[in-house]
Amino acid sequence: SHSAADLLLLGGHRECILSGIMSVNGKKVLHMDRNSYYGGESASITPLEDLYKRFNLPGTPPESMGRGRDWNVDLIPKFLMANGQLVKMLLYTEVTRYLDFKVIEGSFVYKGGKIYKVPSTEAEALASSLMGLFEKRRFRKFLVYVANFDENDPRTFEGVDPKKTTMRDVYKKFDLGQDVIDFTGHALALYRTDDYLDQPCQETINRIKLYSESLARYGKSPYLYPLYGLGELPQGFARLSAIYGGTYMLNKPIEEIVIENGKVVGVKSEGEVARCKQLICDPSYVSDRVTKVGQVIRVICILSHPIKNTNDANSCQIIIPQNQVNRKSGAVSPLSRFVSISDLFAPTDPGTESQIFISRTYDATTHFETTCDDIKDIYKRMMGSEFDFEEMKRKKNDIYGEEEQQ
Amino acid sequence: MALRELKVCLLGDTGVGKSSIVWRFVEDSFDPNINPTIGASFMTKTVQYQNELHKFLIWDTAGQERFRALAPMYYRGSAAAIIVYDITKEETFSTLKNWVKELRQHGPPNIVVAIAGNKCDLNDVREVMEKDAKDYADSIHAIFVETSAKNAININELFIEISRRIPSTDTNPASSGKGFKLRRQPSVTKRSCC
Repeated sequence: SHSAADLLLLGGHRECILSGIMSVNGKKVLHMDRNSYYGGESASITPLEDLYKRFNLPGTPPESMGRGRDWNVDLIPKFLMANGQLVKMLLYTEVTRYLDFKVIEGSFVYKGGKIYKVPSTEAEALASSLMGLFEKRRFRKFLVYVANFDENDPRTFEGVDPKKTTMRDVYKKFDLGQDVIDFTGHALALYRTDDYLDQPCQETINRIKLYSESLARYGKSPYLYPLYGLGELPQGFARLSAIYGGTYMLNKPIEEIVIENGKVVGVKSEGEVARCKQLICDPSYVSDRVTKVGQVIRVICILSHPIKNTNDANSCQIIIPQNQVNRKSGAVSPLSRFVSISDLFAPTDPGTESQIFISRTYDATTHFETTCDDIKDIYKRMMGSEFDFEEMKRKKNDIYGEEEQQ
Repeated sequence: MALRELKVCLLGDTGVGKSSIVWRFVEDSFDPNINPTIGASFMTKTVQYQNELHKFLIWDTAGQERFRALAPMYYRGSAAAIIVYDITKEETFSTLKNWVKELRQHGPPNIVVAIAGNKCDLNDVREVMEKDAKDYADSIHAIFVETSAKNAININELFIEISRRIPSTDTNPASSGKGFKLRRQPSVTKRSCC
């Protein structure tokens, strides 16, 4: 009955960001979600009772946890890098207007059964008990090198070939020991494994730069977090999309993706076909078009106390480097524990023929950089051109009344 | 004079005149052909109330009410909600109860609720009696007015009444746990190189 949408989206968080971008760019957007809430698999669950139900925990939350409605629990916990791509997307789209943020109070690394503050500035490195005196000096020199490094200016390379020299050799050049390499790779460059050591160093150096630049923005830590949980992010982008004419439907069971001549033409829900020219969805809507690429285990714990050696931080990140994983910790005694094991899926084809563009499952990274890479990749696949942040800017005045106070 | 920012969210069925009410309040104008999805992300107006300035930050639904897709974010932190119905359409009054329920479920516990029976300039095609609406509003301790965005009837009064009902600042919970807005140019503290 309705005219076809340019773009139909199903599910999740990335889909909300993309529907915001596409609505701003004048596409006719229709967004459906089988859930009754925004964000799909990376939603924030509220009230707390729903989290117990979701994980099939017996009983109800203890009274000491207070009002269930005051809880928002992220199913896929991640932080935003203060100078990262998602923050850039929020600023360009002005979705920031709908959200309040907090700075995470600290970043820590686990080593030999103890928790240490991650040193990431020269001053912090010199004060850290994680390294001996000589090591500190060498690490400081390394940080200065990284801060000055500019991939477009060979004068800053100091004999390193960013596209050839391995990170292992860069560490060697600065004579850094195993402990420093561990926290640099895992807590600053935020790698999950040590595979990066034998790859060209440019990516790692840029990651450390992102960390330092993010840290420089608000102090304390490089991480930001929405005041009411990550579920605010898809809601904010959905609002942006709606303001630019996008239509949102929750609670829509999806029965079929309708294909004609190998190309998507619509989606069937509750017996009706909504027509579209292009489709973006997460892997859960198209099990026959994705392949399993891994697994991730997530454990959500509700603690009744701050974590030892974190200075009673209200919020923090603790990185446990790969080679520290098997040690017994005992650092926390959770009040409740929620465990999930998720398969990771990736699309089997880029979607250029079917015009079905599928996002990847959320990986185990602690921040949104890979999520943003995926968004840019989907954009490129469907638009045929590189993603440009400028495209995200609002195209018209949509604030009325007084000027906002900046 | 103290400035207080008060978020107000609008609720009610599509076409009852939610945007028109805000448009009249903020810009003092009326557009009979207003786009159903007007696309206002934010509308503000500051009015003086006693010895305070109340800056209303008014959130319009952006059409998300059509398929009941208003997000928790929409209600979050609202000091007041205006639920609008159309006095010439009985069904927009019947669904009022659903909006109240929705608000009780997702809105802050001590939110000020106002009910506005809009289009009161169209008295000859009225389907909802003023008394019925008033009785209902009283039963849920809500503000009640009949309004006409078109003829500018009771629009300012509606917001004055909201100001009156907002608890004074000192009863608000401590704002220490509050977050901040991201800015394009935050205070970049350049680290001096030793």
